[in-house]
Amino acid sequence: MSVSSKVLPMRTEEDLMIVRQTVKAWMIEQEFSLLEQTKLVTAISEIGRNALVYGGGGSALLEQLLENCRVGIRVTIEDQGPGIADIEQALQDAYSTGNGLGFGLSGAKRLVMDFDICSKPGQGTRIKMTVWN
Amino acid sequence: MNPIPLFHIGDFLLVSIPEDLSDSMVTRLQDSLSRKVIKLQIKGVLLDLSSVTIVDSFIGRMLGNMASITAMLGAEAIIVGIQPAIAITMIELGLGLNNIKTALNVDQGVIMLQILAADKAIDYVSKQ
Amino acid sequence: MIIDNISRIADIITRHQESILNDWLHEQLVALSARQDLISESNLRLQSTELLSLFVPACNTGSLSDITQPEWAFVLDFLNKISSSRAILGFSPSETATFIFSLKQPLFDCLRQELNSDAEVLVDELWIATVLLDKLGLYTTEVFQKSREEIIRRQQRDMLELSTPVVKLWDGILAVPLIGTLDSIRTQVVMETLLQSIVDTGSHIAILDITGVPIVDTMIAQNLLKTVAAARLMGSECIICGIRPQIAQTMVHLGVAFGDVVTKATLSDALAYAFRRINRAVIQQVAHD
Repeated sequence: MSVSSKVLPMRTEEDLMIVRQTVKAWMIEQEFSLLEQTKLVTAISEIGRNALVYGGGGSALLEQLLENCRVGIRVTIEDQGPGIADIEQALQDAYSTGNGLGFGLSGAKRLVMDFDICSKPGQGTRIKMTVWN
Repeated sequence: MNPIPLFHIGDFLLVSIPEDLSDSMVTRLQDSLSRKVIKLQIKGVLLDLSSVTIVDSFIGRMLGNMASITAMLGAEAIIVGIQPAIAITMIELGLGLNNIKTALNVDQGVIMLQILAADKAIDYVSKQ
Repeated sequence: MIIDNISRIADIITRHQESILNDWLHEQLVALSARQDLISESNLRLQSTELLSLFVPACNTGSLSDITQPEWAFVLDFLNKISSSRAILGFSPSETATFIFSLKQPLFDCLRQELNSDAEVLVDELWIATVLLDKLGLYTTEVFQKSREEIIRRQQRDMLELSTPVVKLWDGILAVPLIGTLDSIRTQVVMETLLQSIVDTGSHIAILDITGVPIVDTMIAQNLLKTVAAARLMGSECIICGIRPQIAQTMVHLGVAFGDVVTKATLSDALAYAFRRINRAVIQQVAHD
């Protein structure tokens, strides 16, 4: 169940920093450990940069969740870029079409508890990342 | 945004990386660092990450590049002060920075640089 | 049907407060007779008196059919306190709910006494009282459940921490004796505890002693390697020791390797290596006799 939510733009590097800081502040409020904070914020940085560089920018939906007395945070990053043709391959280590080392997607996936990717060529990419405390 | 300050101490440069880095800050740092190493005849560079709260693959790669560039210019580079949460996250991301020297804090980094500089001097003398 | 605000429950309780309290207490003591070790009679009396003193004003001002109204906040607050304290004391959920449910008998007796002339009113009042007490009783159970879950969560966390002691062997040398199976949650705790201790003590060397780990499969080896790699990033060297012969054999069969990490057979070998790394030596003293 989503308790509160917020939509932030993801068009510039500054936007990405604001998303990172907002999520970090929420996580501190909900008493996530420093490690959990660092992991999610890093994952947002990876995915957000992909959205900026390859997706031409987009938006981030931040949600605070509550389920069976557990609090959680979900971040959904969406872009209207070229999309990913082969998601399986994109999730492999050391795979990259751009200039990176290719840790982006697979690395971010390892950093969060729940990672959901939805993408089709020509229709942009939407990535949902969820963590629970 | 202000550039990242570089402190010049003896033969060494201390770079105190700020808490929340933007990509452009890192790119500019790489540029100014390599110029200073040459200009000031630096023997060793300490990259202090103790106040950094996030290292993603871009920043990690830039750190690696800075260390390699410093080495190419004949100076030693040591990354110091990586905090536990950052270290664990970097490993999960696959950023082991295997060929870069690391130390717990600035003090130990300086000691390490001095030892490395002394070793080089001995090398140099013995080759004479 | 009686409308909430003209219900006579509050009025009847106020007039029979003393006898209701005594009967209620008696009911509770009978129900909890086997658990007198957990709570004293005087304590029980205090709690019962306080609840009644909160219950009457709530009945007077608030709706008797809806305990989510703000008038009931004090009552719920108080029940919250009682239920969570009972969860901690080791009461069962039904023993906790008894606190409210045992109020039924004395209250119904009073209602019958007072309203016996009008059967219709009596039935209505009884119904209102039943529904109200049921709701309050269920509320205590709910709070109880939540408190138990919280206790379990905390205990799990405590146990994880207990199972990973980081000991300082020498100035600059730490050791973690690992015992039992290393699942990913435990590895994470070990990793965090060890890395934090490295920072706190400024240690150069950390020894992971896996003598007490029954199996080392690919995943466990990988988890250990991650710890070693993270420690290296921080500027500290990790040594793995205590690999038993049969485990070494299985690991080789499975194709599991520790890469270029320094491994030693025993903790003492690892300590000797660590001493060399920090330029220390153990010297045998010449006896003076």
